[in-house]
Amino acid sequence: MARIVAGVAASHIPAVGAAWDNGRTGEPYWRPVFAGFEASKEWIAKVKPDVCIVVYNDHASAFSLEIIPTFAIGCAAEFPIADEGWGPRPVPPVKGHPELATHIVQSAVLDEFDLTVVNKMEVDHGLTVPLTLMFGQPKEWPCPVIPVSVNVVVYPVPTGNRCYMLGRAIRKAVESFDQDLRVVIFGTGGMSHQLQGPRAGLINREFDTRFLDNLSKDPQALVKISHLEYLREAGSEAIELVMWLIMRGALDDKVKEVRRFYHVPASNTALGHIIFENTGR
Amino acid sequence: MALPKDYDDLPGTVVFDFDQARQGYHLNMFCMSLMKPENRAAFKAAQRAYLDKWPMTEEQKQAVLKRDWNGMLQLGGNIYFTSKLAATDGLSFQQIAAIMTGSTQEEYAQMMINGGRAIEGNRSKSEWKKHG
Repeated sequence: MARIVAGVAASHIPAVGAAWDNGRTGEPYWRPVFAGFEASKEWIAKVKPDVCIVVYNDHASAFSLEIIPTFAIGCAAEFPIADEGWGPRPVPPVKGHPELATHIVQSAVLDEFDLTVVNKMEVDHGLTVPLTLMFGQPKEWPCPVIPVSVNVVVYPVPTGNRCYMLGRAIRKAVESFDQDLRVVIFGTGGMSHQLQGPRAGLINREFDTRFLDNLSKDPQALVKISHLEYLREAGSEAIELVMWLIMRGALDDKVKEVRRFYHVPASNTALGHIIFENTGR
Repeated sequence: MALPKDYDDLPGTVVFDFDQARQGYHLNMFCMSLMKPENRAAFKAAQRAYLDKWPMTEEQKQAVLKRDWNGMLQLGGNIYFTSKLAATDGLSFQQIAAIMTGSTQEEYAQMMINGGRAIEGNRSKSEWKKHG
């Protein structure tokens, strides 16, 4: 039986990827960001997941405005790296896990989550930056990755509660897969940030700290956060945090926080990172 | 009846909802086309001619030509799409953010280093009016 052993949340700021790709990780501005992930890299090297499910959002790379799936899952064997206007990031292509991904689709649909199946898709910084932060830059990513894409670009995006319940459905699906796989689920994006308009640059450390605290202590308080509260209190792009709730929904009720990191600024954004291990409770 | 938009009260923010997305469809699809190097080259070589291939409004085309980043958002643009136009110009997310806030690069970067724009005084349009 496959099982989810841990959850990782991390922001997916494009400038972080660019800093890595351009060899700027040692600069004073970026050093603390990458230093904040050193212990996390050691942690994941020990955990050695067989598969990572990465919940992320596409930023007008694979999905334009032609097709806007609320929840989509990548079932391909390989996902090429998107050119986001600067040329593709120089990172390895992402290998998928078509068997498990397809199993999740079938289980989730019967569980009333009608995931859009994507068999051809390029992946952008939303998916690759968290991989870089957790794995550095190997020649190949150390395990297959199942991309789960969430529309957080065109409003209204799915509610926090819906996302949490999707996490539950993903967990149920994983646990009914008949291969012995250890799975780590990632929730990406956030934390407080606004990239657009005269209010750009908004950061709300108190909101973020409360979110990080409640993610383990009281996720039910987080699923009730309204869209307006995210937009107003944490900035228009902070709504990405609903993706962290998919990760959280896929974990045990009681989790052990093994790692936390918070840093302002990374470009326009409050970078947040947390790791939970399942406790079996 | 239209859905109420409780977020209309947010200051300095255009929420990219499905109504905005409908209005900005071609503007955003134009930006999307700039993901291909050959299209970036064609656009740079003849901006107006390239824009005329897209059924955008004249107002949208002018906003693009003037690089009116806030104007593009008002007219249905989305930041993840307009950032591809920015990338074509060699500008980062932070650089266009600075422009949209009316700050210099240095001022904006320093504001972020100091912890970002505070939430106090930035929750509603009435707060912005009060402080001019």
